Amino acid sequence: MIWPHRSQPLWYAFVLHRVSGVALALFLPVHFYVLSFALRQPERLDGFLRWTDLGIVKAAEFGLVFLLGVHMFGGLRLMALEWLPWSPRQKTFAASAAAAAFLISVTFFLNAA
Amino acid sequence: MLDLRLYILQRVTALIMAPLVLGHIAVMIVAVRGGLSAEEILSRTQGSLLWAGFYGTFVLAASVHAAIGLRVVVFEYAKLKGLALSLFTWAVFLALLFMGTRAVFAVTAP
Amino acid sequence: MPTDSSFLDVDVWRSGAESFQNFQVPARDSQTVLDVVTWIQQHADPTLSYRFACRVGMCGSCAMMVNGKPRWTCRTHVKKVAKRGRIEIAPLRNLQVIKDLATDMSDFFDKWVAAEGVFHPTKTREDEIEAIRPDTPERISADAAVECINCGVCYAACDVVAANPAYLGPAALNRAWSLVNDLRDGALAERLEAVSHDGGCHNCHSHQSCAAYCPNSLNPTASIAGLKRETVKAAFRRGR
Repeated sequence: MIWPHRSQPLWYAFVLHRVSGVALALFLPVHFYVLSFALRQPERLDGFLRWTDLGIVKAAEFGLVFLLGVHMFGGLRLMALEWLPWSPRQKTFAASAAAAAFLISVTFFLNAA
Repeated sequence: MLDLRLYILQRVTALIMAPLVLGHIAVMIVAVRGGLSAEEILSRTQGSLLWAGFYGTFVLAASVHAAIGLRVVVFEYAKLKGLALSLFTWAVFLALLFMGTRAVFAVTAP
Repeated sequence: MPTDSSFLDVDVWRSGAESFQNFQVPARDSQTVLDVVTWIQQHADPTLSYRFACRVGMCGSCAMMVNGKPRWTCRTHVKKVAKRGRIEIAPLRNLQVIKDLATDMSDFFDKWVAAEGVFHPTKTREDEIEAIRPDTPERISADAAVECINCGVCYAACDVVAANPAYLGPAALNRAWSLVNDLRDGALAERLEAVSHDGGCHNCHSHQSCAAYCPNSLNPTASIAGLKRETVKAAFRRGR
């Protein structure tokens, strides 16, 4: 629920961190499961990898790379907030984290396309 | 719900993973060029202690980090607590560690 | 809906009916939200319960949710918060309601004590007064956290408190941090222990809503970050 008291940028930064974290945690088992075919059944792994040629799967991969990037950069912001001398520029840092994640995921997408 | 010990574990695993994530994304950007194939992935990773160490560390840190992260989410939204919450945390950790180790073994075993 | 701009359209939470009750309140120049509540109680419905004391932003007793945001109502001008002449006034979030706009602050103050927000003197009245230089890092950190008026605005703004009722909350932890930096205090280890439990400082998600709404512009998030650092340092010193 976006209640009035939550309408501040750093609350959205929290939502992004939480959503990306949960999404990555749910993706991990799938990722591990597919890779575990590599040794005994490489043809099954190839079967999965062929999916990645599809545009929609490429878009999903772009999304995953973005989530990974934004969770990492956003997490680094939080650790800097906790462990380095206080900076009042947290909104700028949060925006920069999202921008850096976007840059990385676009680079990935353009290479994959 | 998050005590000092879990807080330290969460931050330490995050710090370990930061460079690993950057490395992983770099590998992905390079590897994805010209499409992915099992053969291409295996030719890079099979029998490599370096990649086994890299992704083995990654799997261990990610399993701890995801288990603690999901613990907080499940506590806050599903109101799970006490023993049930501890069991949930351990189950997530062990499941991810098992599946992740199996995957790392599959791509790096000689 | 008011068509007359000389009246404010005010919805006030009534605990008996568990719903908002509408009042039309005469608009005035330089009118605070507390003035609006007081007008209703004196001219429209004397059974309306609310709490205030000083009316000048010092005592911290008049905080309420105004259009969904926690505010000190005596220092909040209607002009700043009214949306097209409309105001919604509710009791502070995250606290039990006693009646209408008055909340039970017991949890809030109990957590203040639970966080060891209590001064433990190291000297007696026979000793010399300890000189604290104003330019030491500890004194500067304590200064930054010390002007709290216990209004509960940060506590109502905090989503961690909402999700975890055991969480000590921004005000109590902010108070603990100012005492961690008090060189005259003798209970540092106990205090760091007190803020390290299930409801302790490590649960803070750094939303910074507390800092965003604090009427005295304090930054409990920064104080809590300080507690996180000191508790971790203490744990490594103990070799845990």
